[in-house]
Amino acid sequence: MRQPRNALVYLTLLVSLVLSVFPLYWLFVVATRSNDVVGQFPPPLVPGGNLGDNIQRLFGPEAEEAHFARGLLNSAIASVCVTISVVFFSSLAGFAFAKLRFRGRNALLISVLATMMVPVQMGIVPLYMVMVKLGWQNHLQAVIVPFLVSAFGVFLMRQYAERAIPDELIEAARLDGCTTFGLFVRVVAPALRPGAAVLGLFTFMGTWNEFLWPLAVMEADNPTVQFSLSQLATQYYTDYTLMFTGTLIATVPLLLVFILFGRQLISGIMDGAVRS
Amino acid sequence: MTRPSRWNRFDLHGSPYVFIAPFFLLFAAFGLFPLLYTAWVSLRSWDLTGDAGFVGLDNYSRLLGDPDFWNALVNTLGLLVLATIPQLLLALIVAAMLNRPLRALLLFRLGVLAPIVTSVAAVAIVFGQLYGRDAGLVNGLLGLVGVDPIDWQASKTSSWIAVSSMVNWRWMGYNALIYLAAMQAIPRDLYEAAQIDGAGAIRQFRNITVPLIRPALIFTVVMSIIGGMQLFTEPLLFGQGDVSGGSLRQFQTIAMYMFEQSFQNFDYGYGSAVAWMIFLLTVIVGVINLLIGRRLRGGTQ
Repeated sequence: MRQPRNALVYLTLLVSLVLSVFPLYWLFVVATRSNDVVGQFPPPLVPGGNLGDNIQRLFGPEAEEAHFARGLLNSAIASVCVTISVVFFSSLAGFAFAKLRFRGRNALLISVLATMMVPVQMGIVPLYMVMVKLGWQNHLQAVIVPFLVSAFGVFLMRQYAERAIPDELIEAARLDGCTTFGLFVRVVAPALRPGAAVLGLFTFMGTWNEFLWPLAVMEADNPTVQFSLSQLATQYYTDYTLMFTGTLIATVPLLLVFILFGRQLISGIMDGAVRS
Repeated sequence: MTRPSRWNRFDLHGSPYVFIAPFFLLFAAFGLFPLLYTAWVSLRSWDLTGDAGFVGLDNYSRLLGDPDFWNALVNTLGLLVLATIPQLLLALIVAAMLNRPLRALLLFRLGVLAPIVTSVAAVAIVFGQLYGRDAGLVNGLLGLVGVDPIDWQASKTSSWIAVSSMVNWRWMGYNALIYLAAMQAIPRDLYEAAQIDGAGAIRQFRNITVPLIRPALIFTVVMSIIGGMQLFTEPLLFGQGDVSGGSLRQFQTIAMYMFEQSFQNFDYGYGSAVAWMIFLLTVIVGVINLLIGRRLRGGTQ
């Protein structure tokens, strides 16, 4: 009785695994091929030797309208800035909400939670107008500054700080004459590190993958990486290997993050789920 | 204490506000203000030529008589159903299976989570090719069982299936992990007691697992609804960047319609009205979902 049922479980899981991973594998295979094999049936299922060629075409004059190198650089800068800022400010505010006492704490915390529910697109038109007023359209700060803080981040770090920092530790540090900020730097920040790592991963991935807002506020000559991809997909949509090579390169940084920190990511998602 | 007491008092009572101030200041400037401003703009006639003044609810009444808006709304809700139900059911099954002592557990977990690292744009590009009419793998496979090549973009049904499969693919593993976490928090002895009472695996799943992971279920449904009401990138790139979502608007979502009005027709007032409708509808669908959830619970008790 036990054996056949276990076999069924493994089979189902294997099918989901293959379905989950196949499109990623397919992305890799097409990026290493030349255009004439696309559309063949049965399709080529092993990588070819054209990846270097395709990468050269991607960064060469042939695909210059996609401004791919510029897109990669812009997204790298934006993702790093946003990640550092979100992690820092979220830890600071999360610590204050979890461990410090002040008037209006609960009301302010509820207002943070309420902002998590609001769809981003709601504000996109006036946010664009704000950018016009500031003269920021098509400047990189337009995709950085509005995202320097995150309600989700504050909430996550508050939950984490609540459990990770014993009150006695704070009292002891205070008796030693620590200022509140000194307390944050010396006692709180080290204890928050695992939670901050998960928040950082999510923030980096989210900023790297952001699409709608860059499309609205940036221009094709100064894109983010996802904007570049959409340029590839719309201007060169007959050139599959070019599109796929761009997509592959845009995905590699996140795949690396995933391979290096996959375990933390899983426990981060699962921790959040238990608490919510 | 060694420090001057005034400084001490400020440090104790003032610094919490200093710590949370950056969040609230930046949020007020780039989150709250645009939000309220959207409401204000939606009550005005405002396009590329400038702000032509207050028009009351004109933009909203125009919206209610606009067939393109209704079409986009039907598309969005249709896609929402197709992109949520299969995904969550599958996630539930996969989670139940991952919640057993298995070999290579981490491999399976990482595998089903892998899609989350891909960007929406990347998913849309890869799936767009898979669903190509002439060169796509999906049509190739269907051809093996004798189905003629389908022009996936051409009709509502086929384009909805294609677009929703992208969403399903990207989020199934993520939701499975959330369910898995909730399942692992269920005490083991509940299952042991059920086993003694002679309940089989499927009955245990229905009577113990599902009711006890209800908070996780509600969380994923609400998140799927919020995401589904804002669906934009997948259908946009599926149609090669065309904001109108196909020649007959067969897969234009309300978010695409808002973008079209605001950034292609530069009708800011009207676009803002669409944005508020998206918000309102998200809340309504969310509330309906909560009510259904409550009704279901009442029914099983």
